[in-house]
Amino acid sequence: MIWSWEYAWSVLPLLLDVIGTTLLATLFGFLIACTFGMVLAVLGRSRFRVIRWTVNGFIEFVRNTPLLVQLFFLFYALPLSLGISMSAFTTGVIGLGLHYSTYLAEVYRSGINGVEKGQWEAARALNFSKQRTWTRIILPQAIPPILPIMGNYLIVVFKETPLLAAITVMEMLSRAKNIVSRDWRPTEPYTLVGILFLVISLLLAALVSLLEYKMAQRQSK
Amino acid sequence: MIDYWLEWMPLLWKGTVSTAQVTVLSAALALLLAALTGICRLSKFRLIRGLALVYVLTFRGIALLVLLFWIYYVLPYMNIELSKTMAAVLALGLNYGAFGSEIVRSSILAVPQGQWEAARALNMTPAQRMFRIIFPQALIRMIPPFNNLMIELLKASSLLFFIGMTDLVYQADVLRGLYLQQSTQLYATLLVIYFILASMISYSARLLERKLSAGRL
Repeated sequence: MIWSWEYAWSVLPLLLDVIGTTLLATLFGFLIACTFGMVLAVLGRSRFRVIRWTVNGFIEFVRNTPLLVQLFFLFYALPLSLGISMSAFTTGVIGLGLHYSTYLAEVYRSGINGVEKGQWEAARALNFSKQRTWTRIILPQAIPPILPIMGNYLIVVFKETPLLAAITVMEMLSRAKNIVSRDWRPTEPYTLVGILFLVISLLLAALVSLLEYKMAQRQSK
Repeated sequence: MIDYWLEWMPLLWKGTVSTAQVTVLSAALALLLAALTGICRLSKFRLIRGLALVYVLTFRGIALLVLLFWIYYVLPYMNIELSKTMAAVLALGLNYGAFGSEIVRSSILAVPQGQWEAARALNMTPAQRMFRIIFPQALIRMIPPFNNLMIELLKASSLLFFIGMTDLVYQADVLRGLYLQQSTQLYATLLVIYFILASMISYSARLLERKLSAGRL
């Protein structure tokens, strides 16, 4: 096996240089997914059949098609058909966010369904407005139990960020690819990227299980 | 619009066949690994349990694309030269096998305790108990989560574009170069093809579920 520590050390700073892009894409993508996922989950319970139908159709379609193709669609097709053109990073973050919003919508849905029916009835009996019912009664009870699942999706989003390389975003994997085409030594750069991804996702996973443990503790009190 | 479709058809069909092929092969490898390591996670030997856990943690933790690059570009330097299809199937199989392993493990654990006890009371060997009693019941529970997993696998097969597999995404990319102005229709068509393929997976999962649960309570 050919592995040179010296070369690996010289490559590492170049990779860490763009780790920020990976982390920012993860963070923004996840925030969009959380926000838009909530909108989808709430609209999915609308009184109007048209809205329910549209929202559920959107969720089904986005969930069942690859993120990569969606990214190409946003990056190549939207500027042509609608004249909207965004930077590669923005497109990537929006693509990631939209894709995973459909997953988070399902997570929220399970959380909302977990809230007892009596809570809705009590809110109505106390003459709470719809908005207040959602923000003061339902969501504060629906969200905490699903926080660990949401955390898992943070890890999933993190691991999907290399896809942004396809639409020319310079993140860790595309940087590694550049280094490889410069030096013709794939072993060290790709192995390092693999290790970096593994370490960060294991760290995130540890944080999530800590959160899970804390939640379980709070519940047993 | 129809004209374009007719012109795109041959290439997109070739891509669809290639995507379907790789998906089916990787699904087979993933299911095999999932069943094997999922059962190993419940072994009474600590070493076997530990090895299975290391497999799951490692291959769930690495981003698929990174794994794919590593298998396709780095392994040849260790004198392991794989064809594109083999590298693709290996990467997808290893990655999704690790996710599937958890499904197998939790479905086996979800089989009611009484079934284990009854099998033991009938003096069955551990292997008999697992493969005659527990596993067939766990199998039905596994279908819905495996349906989702297989759709994820189909979607992930789009990443093979990165190592130059001539799959759907690749063919669409070739067509994009020729029909720049029609990118919107092209990628919309591509999304619809993937949606149809995913629906076919869901449909067969439903059929299988009905078949397996026939005659059961």
